[in-house]
Amino acid sequence: MSQVTMTVNGKTASGTIEGRTLLVDFLRETLGLTGTHVGCDTSQCGACVVHVDGRAVKACTMFAAEAEGAEVDTIEGQAAPDGTLNTIQQAFQDYHGLQCGFCTPGMVMSAAALLKDNPKPTESEVRSYLQGNICRCTGYHNIVKSILAASGQDVGHIPGGIAAE
Amino acid sequence: MPKDNAHNHGGIGASPKRREDVRFLSGTGNYTDDINLRGQAYVHFLRSDVAHGKLNGLDLSEAEKMPGVLRIFTGEDFRTAGSIPCGWQVTDRFGNPMQEPRHPVLCETHVRHVGDPIAAIVAETRDQARDAAEAIVPDIEDLPAVVDMRAALEDGSTKVHEDLTSNLCFDWGFVEENKQAVDDAIKNAAHVTTVELINNRLVPNAMEPRVAIGDYNRGTGGSTLYTTSQNPHVIRLLMGAFVLNIPEHKLRVVAPDVGGGFGSKIYHYAEEAFCTFAAKALNRPVKWTCTRSEAFLSDAQARDHVTKIELALDKDNNFTAVRTDTLANMGAYLSTFAPSIPTWLHGTLMAGNYKTPLVYVNVRAVFTNTVPVDAYRGAGRPEATYQLERVIDKAARELGVDPIALRKQNFITEFPYQTPVAVEYDSGDFNRLIDKLEAQADLGGFEARRKESEAKGKLRGLGINCFIEACGIAPSNLVGQLGARAGLYESATVRVNATGGITVMTGSHSHGQGHETVFPQVVADMIGIPADMIEIEHGDTANTPMGMGTYGSRSIAVGGSAMVRATEKIIAKAKKIAAHIMEASDGDIELKDGKFTVAGTDKSLAWGDVTLAAYVPHNYPLDEVEPGLEETAFYDPNNFTYPSGAYACEVEVDPETGKVTIERFTTADDFGTVVNPMIVDGQVHGGVTQGIGQALMENCSYDADGQLLSASYMDYCMPRADDVPFFVIDHSNGTPCTHNPLGVKGCGEAGAIGSTPTVINAVVDALQSGGHKVDHIDMPVTPSRVWAAMQTK
Repeated sequence: MSQVTMTVNGKTASGTIEGRTLLVDFLRETLGLTGTHVGCDTSQCGACVVHVDGRAVKACTMFAAEAEGAEVDTIEGQAAPDGTLNTIQQAFQDYHGLQCGFCTPGMVMSAAALLKDNPKPTESEVRSYLQGNICRCTGYHNIVKSILAASGQDVGHIPGGIAAE
Repeated sequence: MPKDNAHNHGGIGASPKRREDVRFLSGTGNYTDDINLRGQAYVHFLRSDVAHGKLNGLDLSEAEKMPGVLRIFTGEDFRTAGSIPCGWQVTDRFGNPMQEPRHPVLCETHVRHVGDPIAAIVAETRDQARDAAEAIVPDIEDLPAVVDMRAALEDGSTKVHEDLTSNLCFDWGFVEENKQAVDDAIKNAAHVTTVELINNRLVPNAMEPRVAIGDYNRGTGGSTLYTTSQNPHVIRLLMGAFVLNIPEHKLRVVAPDVGGGFGSKIYHYAEEAFCTFAAKALNRPVKWTCTRSEAFLSDAQARDHVTKIELALDKDNNFTAVRTDTLANMGAYLSTFAPSIPTWLHGTLMAGNYKTPLVYVNVRAVFTNTVPVDAYRGAGRPEATYQLERVIDKAARELGVDPIALRKQNFITEFPYQTPVAVEYDSGDFNRLIDKLEAQADLGGFEARRKESEAKGKLRGLGINCFIEACGIAPSNLVGQLGARAGLYESATVRVNATGGITVMTGSHSHGQGHETVFPQVVADMIGIPADMIEIEHGDTANTPMGMGTYGSRSIAVGGSAMVRATEKIIAKAKKIAAHIMEASDGDIELKDGKFTVAGTDKSLAWGDVTLAAYVPHNYPLDEVEPGLEETAFYDPNNFTYPSGAYACEVEVDPETGKVTIERFTTADDFGTVVNPMIVDGQVHGGVTQGIGQALMENCSYDADGQLLSASYMDYCMPRADDVPFFVIDHSNGTPCTHNPLGVKGCGEAGAIGSTPTVINAVVDALQSGGHKVDHIDMPVTPSRVWAAMQTK
């Protein structure tokens, strides 16, 4: 057992871990940040995507010990302190970009990383970027639409997927 | 179309923002794995790594000494527990009940599939439980694995269950009395088209793996199970009454936020019974969190039919008979609904959208040493639609007629329509759907698009499909006759609070469908108050009288109808109270826009005045009605609902690689009344993508020894964002259901039912356009399979 300390959503967080403790388990079990989900055990599904030092990382693919001293951002830190959703979160609600919600934290975190690198992605760039995030509910239609809308692009021409009022 | 006041109230026809979304988008949902109870221990299941064997013993001595281990359970601990029950008994062609093997919580004498649980290690931490499992030495004597269904039925085959007479679960014929007439019609037909096909085995793969937490309170003697379920009341009944002998009043089952189900979370699973049992035995909460690898070995799988279908036509191309012969894989044990899927949810749809007068469906269900098979989105109806629409498409090609014209010629056009396979369609308009589809999919422009594809060196194909489904499951008296061991009604309690706000407790569980948003729209519409005055509670047996849960596109059709009935009772009682206060007769009271008025006068009372009076009954008709304003209704439908649709798909095939890409996908659906168009669109997107997944890439595959070859997302190919295009969706041409109060039909499964034949019809069209003599290709049409098919001359 050893001690690990990192900054999570702007606050210092530390805990005692085993060498084999994954970052996702540290977030969920030690810190109680259960918004980050575990949907597989082969780093395929992307439900556990968080940002480590500003880059999207699958938190099941990294040991907690490797995050010593790092800045970690999770879904819990995305909305404003008063609860106001950020642009990407709000677009997901406006365009029905989620159903059961289980893959959603990873989708939002991946979308944030994409838009940071590529503020106006094409549809094809969004689809390609999301290869590491599996959703079983939405058929991706409204996820892609939400991300395009969050980037400030007009989505009025995209068929189907009525937006919320 | 939205009613005039829909947007004011967020009522029927509106698409308000989903209430569920804020918690899901901000990481504050409450999924079962997010729950941790004080003092909780963890269980890890040691699972069989062979498909079939005799379990001679388990050496636990080393494992029991491992750090943190509290207790190791084996099959011996469950000797007195019941078998995990099957909820549906099918009667075979000869009037005999199906063969029904015992399904123990933990293996007793044999292991019967890779993943069958043989021991359960409970320890202080998850890792300690897992470490200890590796120190257990099971003594398993290998037996030959039964994997192939045809081989399983051969004389002398190894039996999956040594105490059964064979591997045949049942041999079912429907409609048995029509068998000879169907045989004669096929013999005398002007033309018969035959297709032999495989409906590939799938894994449902809800993104949230299953989780169970058992808890026991010695003070009350009550047990609580938190579980990832689509129907907590059904789990309470099955586990309490059949497995662990706990009466309902001592057992609470909670299914909080659930991350998708698609059928796989309907069933009662061994792990739920184990955690409930172990929590009492150890007097500590016991938690199990399934890994994805474990899910591939323990979640019920789906489809897996091998079918021959024959379609007979007369000289004018009218369908005269359909005959099918299917082998349906049950896996090693009978999962909760398994026997009903290839029978009553499959055979009853074999008339499809057509006037075929004679149908005979034969299904032999087979035990194999594989994970049990049960319902997955569509459940039986995709299997029916796939074979029927493939054979019609092939018939059109053989006869040289337009596939749409052949379908139109044979459409049922008058409703209600009694099919030859027991069900009576109440409503529909198939011509209107396909006309809508032709316009919306720009089928007239297809040849030009094909030329563009060909100019790029690609083959382009167009696939059409029409389908109907039986949803809104189901009339209890009917399913009882067909072998169901449960009723399939739904309940709702509407609790109006003193200040006018409403809590609705529904037995329909929401795990992605958005009930918390949609159900209030209905009540808001009925009373004329804003939808945000209404809250939905679900997923806890402690707050809802009874619930049969969510599957078979039944939530709004059955659960929504129960809520309407309960709200009608509320309105009737509220009118009596209003009549008393306004000194008028009940019959003169009108309720509109949340206001009670007396016809022909200017007297009025606000909704809140009446609800307050119900709880502060000073001026109140106490001789007529009780104080309070809370009503419960159970709704039992008197027929299935029959959503229908017409779909079109255009694919491109790369002749160099065999890769198929979906270029366009267009739907025209009849869901009856649509309560929330935004949510219905989303249901179609998801269903279509699951069907595209089955058609192009998903395949659950076992080797000859029963080892699962596709046991992770590295090997089981899930559709990703770049595998699908934007879809063109329409559901504006609905014909209301005639027998439920909302006119709704249900939309959850349509996409998955309608899409697979659409894609395969398109792929065959593309290959034929390239001169390849391919009249059928089995799913999934992977690049290697398509490329191989293109090598045939």
